[in-house]
Amino acid sequence: MRHWERPHYIVANRFWRLSLWVFFFVYLVVGIGSIEINWIRIYEGLERGSHFLSAFLHPDFTTRSTDIYAGILESLTITVTSTVAGILLSIPFGIGAARNISIKPIYLFCRAFIAISRSMQEVIVAIFLVALFGFGAFAGFLTLTYATIGFLGKLLAEEIEGIDRKQLEAVRSTGASWLQSIHVGIWPQIMPRMIGLSFYRLDINFRESAVIGIVGAGGIGATLNTAIDRYEYDSAGAILLLIIIIVMICEYLSGWIRKWIS
Amino acid sequence: MDQLTQHSLWKTNIRHKNWMVWGSCFVLALLTAYCWTIMTEETIWEFVYDAPVQGADLINRMFPPDWLYINKLYKALWDTINIATLGTLLGLIIALPVAFLAARNTTPSVLFVRPIALFVIAASRSINSLIWALLLVMILGPGILAGVLAIGLRSVGFIAKLFYESIEEINTTSVEAIESTGASHFQVINYAIIPQVLPAFLGVIIFRWDINIRESTILGLVGAGGIGLFLSSSLNVLAWPQVTLIIVVILATVIISEFISAKVRSLLIG
Amino acid sequence: MLKIQHLKKQYKKGPLVLKNINLVIPEGQIVGLIGPSGAGKSTLIRCINRLIKPSSGDISLGGINLSNASPRQIREQRRYIGMIFQEYALVERLSVMENVLSGRLGYLSFWQSFTRRYPQQDIDNAFDYLQRVGLIDHANKRADELSGGQRQRVGIARALAQDPRLLLVDEPTASLDPKTSRQIMRLIQSICREKGLPAIINIHDVPLAMQFVDRIIGLQGGEIVFDGLASELNEDVLTRIYGNEDWQPAGNDQDKGDE
Repeated sequence: MRHWERPHYIVANRFWRLSLWVFFFVYLVVGIGSIEINWIRIYEGLERGSHFLSAFLHPDFTTRSTDIYAGILESLTITVTSTVAGILLSIPFGIGAARNISIKPIYLFCRAFIAISRSMQEVIVAIFLVALFGFGAFAGFLTLTYATIGFLGKLLAEEIEGIDRKQLEAVRSTGASWLQSIHVGIWPQIMPRMIGLSFYRLDINFRESAVIGIVGAGGIGATLNTAIDRYEYDSAGAILLLIIIIVMICEYLSGWIRKWIS
Repeated sequence: MDQLTQHSLWKTNIRHKNWMVWGSCFVLALLTAYCWTIMTEETIWEFVYDAPVQGADLINRMFPPDWLYINKLYKALWDTINIATLGTLLGLIIALPVAFLAARNTTPSVLFVRPIALFVIAASRSINSLIWALLLVMILGPGILAGVLAIGLRSVGFIAKLFYESIEEINTTSVEAIESTGASHFQVINYAIIPQVLPAFLGVIIFRWDINIRESTILGLVGAGGIGLFLSSSLNVLAWPQVTLIIVVILATVIISEFISAKVRSLLIG
Repeated sequence: MLKIQHLKKQYKKGPLVLKNINLVIPEGQIVGLIGPSGAGKSTLIRCINRLIKPSSGDISLGGINLSNASPRQIREQRRYIGMIFQEYALVERLSVMENVLSGRLGYLSFWQSFTRRYPQQDIDNAFDYLQRVGLIDHANKRADELSGGQRQRVGIARALAQDPRLLLVDEPTASLDPKTSRQIMRLIQSICREKGLPAIINIHDVPLAMQFVDRIIGLQGGEIVFDGLASELNEDVLTRIYGNEDWQPAGNDQDKGDE
């Protein structure tokens, strides 16, 4: 007769394993306990919820059709312009933030710019830009441009830092200028991935453009917010359906284009 | 084929490709310009030109931050962390079965069940957590519960998508081997599939938790609890020093959560 | 006793992979299944434990029909058929012991297997099997820490843990070096002898097959073209199975023949 017990590979020590489980359950109890649940309010809400669900299944595209059309158009235009502007600007920022080809002060500035962009929610950025530039699509455009620079700039910088040194040196040794060495030595190596990521970002930007409208930065989000405020569930359902459909089309198209390029 | 024709073929090929590239660039530029004109139709340019002045004024009003206000934020911060963590757990619980229903090699029916699971994933993914929160606040009333559910519902699609992709990539002969011992469907999942995908699953969960911490900081803007509630009320009364402090707290939380998730990931997955 | 009658298999719109296979394998006989790639060896083996559904024909093991069994019956019958795989097919992130014990899954409830609470008898037996294949010191290692030969031994122990009435072996040595291949084949042979266990070994290496099996079945294009004792295998038969080639082991020609 031999004893056998399943060995644990992730947390091998029995004491720590047990304490982690205890910690987890204690947290679960405390955490769930911290949620204040107003049952009466939820009961009232259930009816509204079922209304909304049925409205979602019978969406109304016509009553608010001009608002919805304008909102979708604004979201789409914001998406396109901010993605293009973001890509163009992420190139200098990405190059500046790559340790191996940049100089120290520019490197630090670009890194800080990118880091702030990445750790700030788009919505928070939008709040400030609306305060500066007024309500409307222009603030939304700036918000998403800034976010795109952070997203693509970091990836670009990492790609450049990770590229084949030898190829870069080979180009430099022919006496190429700094700009030429980037064009010939770096661009071909990173371009396919960058194009793929740009389309991915186009996707994200559309999704975000549907949100920043809630804080006044234009797009379909504002229309959605108004519809919900006015309890026009059927219009809200129509908008949500449109968002889902457009996101799916975007995703499908960008997947298709990425495959086509590579 | 002699060398000359081959050379000229290569050349026309390159020229063809160049035309394609320049053509698509041109179309893209036209499209962008067109979008720009539509988008800026209603822009009031006086406000835009005025922005530097406004910006300087804003910064003046924002500093120094109202440090003492932090005493009111502890509870909200705790709520924010709870929203993110419990929301991630909720998303995980729903996403697990959805992922197994969506993966080609574990779904009971490729024709019926799989498309439904894929639609659930797509719908959850295309709606931002802030919009989920907007809907849930309308249904359930403001509070943490709406926040937890919003984060959970948004996480389902993200987690299930990455889960089912890793399920589809597993080594099939191990599955065959376990099947050939007479194991039941669930035993096969438990013995042959889960061990193979566990590291990927853990990575996805940690990744999503990190994202959820970020997203839960702003849910309060639509009334779904957390530190965003305070951000919203400070903005409403234009208490800019408080806003500065809240932004600093949010940034610190985000950075710390990123640090924690990187640490946990390297501990668990190595 | 395994009995196969008029077995046919056709994949969707494809040609017939197995054309009318008839076979009887008595208790305790070790059968080597040889033939070129694509002859249907692997399909035949997988039809027996129903990893693949045969198109028509009968397969019966110990009097129980497998070819038209319900999914539940198939699971029940699979318990009695051990299988050893080419790429070992262990679950690499589980311990060696869990891999061996997974051979018992067909006998356990989901909850028992989920909590890893195996009957003491199963654990004792698993240790015996690990002892038998020479891996007793590795019981709690993770399977991916083992070498190829060691992994195949775990695969054998897993098949033994099923307490099988038939052993199906799919290219057991294809990923191993010549020395380890011999050790593995010898191990399989001696285990079958000890337990009087019939086995079907699907194998590419003809000399290795001749050394370790009782009977050889040659498969070509989904048909049995040879069925006889290992000692009866000669150049004529090999040509019938594999096509024209110089079968002399010595000389330079052998290198050219290997593809």
